[in-house]
Amino acid sequence: MRSTRAAYSLSADISLIDLHNVSLWIDNRSILSNIQFSLRANEIMTIIGPNGAGKSSLARVVLGLLKPTSGQIKRKAGLRIGYVPQNFHVDSTFPVTVKRFMQLAENSVNWQQSLQQTNMDAFADQALSSLSGGELQRVLLARALQLKPQLLVLDEPAQGIDISGQTEFYQLIREARDQIHCSVLLISHDLHLVMAATDQVLCLNQHICCAGHPATVSNDPAFIHLFGEQAARSLAVYHHHHDHHHHADGTIASGSECRHKHD
Amino acid sequence: MAPSPVVANVGISMIEILLPALLGGLILAMVTGPLGCFVVWRRMSYFGDTLAHSALLGVAFGLFLEINTSVAITGGCAVMAIILVVLQQQKQLAVDTLLGILAHSSLSLGLVTLSFMPQIQIDLMAYLFGDLLAIDWTDLPWIAAGACAVLALIGFNWRSLLLTTLHEELAAVEGIPVRSLRLLLMLLMSLVIALAMKVVGVLLVTSLLIIPAATARFYSRTPEQMALLASLCGMLAVLSGLGLSWWLNTPAGPSVVLAGFFFFSAALTARLIGKRLQAKIAFQRE
Repeated sequence: MRSTRAAYSLSADISLIDLHNVSLWIDNRSILSNIQFSLRANEIMTIIGPNGAGKSSLARVVLGLLKPTSGQIKRKAGLRIGYVPQNFHVDSTFPVTVKRFMQLAENSVNWQQSLQQTNMDAFADQALSSLSGGELQRVLLARALQLKPQLLVLDEPAQGIDISGQTEFYQLIREARDQIHCSVLLISHDLHLVMAATDQVLCLNQHICCAGHPATVSNDPAFIHLFGEQAARSLAVYHHHHDHHHHADGTIASGSECRHKHD
Repeated sequence: MAPSPVVANVGISMIEILLPALLGGLILAMVTGPLGCFVVWRRMSYFGDTLAHSALLGVAFGLFLEINTSVAITGGCAVMAIILVVLQQQKQLAVDTLLGILAHSSLSLGLVTLSFMPQIQIDLMAYLFGDLLAIDWTDLPWIAAGACAVLALIGFNWRSLLLTTLHEELAAVEGIPVRSLRLLLMLLMSLVIALAMKVVGVLLVTSLLIIPAATARFYSRTPEQMALLASLCGMLAVLSGLGLSWWLNTPAGPSVVLAGFFFFSAALTARLIGKRLQAKIAFQRE
């Protein structure tokens, strides 16, 4: 039993999540159609798309909060997911310190260590409602990390944080990935600041328009059509600078009917 | 009965009459503290009101079917709680609209049903505004048992309830049964309302949940502190409200609520003055 589990976790090829032809309808409206991708261990995937593209819905399907209308979703057995939600509003009627919030997790012995990991250990005794947007995001990240997740899902985590804060936050995510070897699924509304370490970009507009490595996606006609020349160029420029971090191995089909395949 | 000195007589009757009421009120306040915190955090005070209004319907049906009133009230409130949870899922009407409709319709239905039973004499005022002094020793075991059950259920689910209150989706991702907990809270509220009805009555029962919790908010930094402080505030309100009622011969339920309101105002004022002073000191230091 134990040996098979070890063998599983050692194999990097096993995917944590597999979506097969997933479609979602809410109130007779199509939200997602024929979504198909898999997320492998240790991989960072960014989902981008315009407003109303269904990014958050897709994240919620992955998290198990929404059941797809059709299609299949397979999760690795016993998958531990850490979640950093999009709008975390702490009601001022609810008194809770950062420390107590960290301890509200099922397994919270390492809460201090997790706070250190996101440089928030100095804030342990502060009221959660007194934190700034960026500080709150880092606490939420620490809380997700303390669960020792195999998959980290972040829904527009950098919203309301300035550019330098965003870059720092992305750096934290990357460090966390390297430390605990989790996969990362990142929803981003910001095309210009897709995380440099992203292995795969998934461009969503209810269906998957295109997918692959950032450098290839930015040249995809479907991407340019969806976001315009300017965005495509800035994404390309951004990744041009960071090309040395990884090799462009994503392959991409053309048009909007693209189905991506790894390797 | 042999004539006894007036003073001694008053002393004995005061303990005889007041002690069950006092004990019952104190036990209830212990429970309404933590439960009231959830009502405040989750903005459920309207729910509490609606459940309380439906309690009178429970009384009417209890008398009609000749079953124990407390059981009937709990049952009536529980049915209403389930209806509310189900209706919350539709989106055409806002929740507060629905609550308003249900609250007053069930209250009216209760009153109309009662009017069909002229042979039954009930003290409507006692149900609407409470009659603490009607609590006797036979009620106490029920109140204590109900209170223990509610406290145990809250305590057992404490972490899950707090996380669900903070962020439902986060809680759900971490495997907490969010929907069941929502229903649990409503059912607990039904039970507490049924228990508290004799103390403060249908129309005032939510105040026993909200006022102590709101008072406690000013002086707490963690949810546990707030729950504990709310219990203490509630107990203090019961104690002083009953004293007021005894010595000034005022109605018991409203006296308890007023005492609670007094402590709330005092806490609020002290908090505001404290903040002013802090700001002043900080200003002078600069």
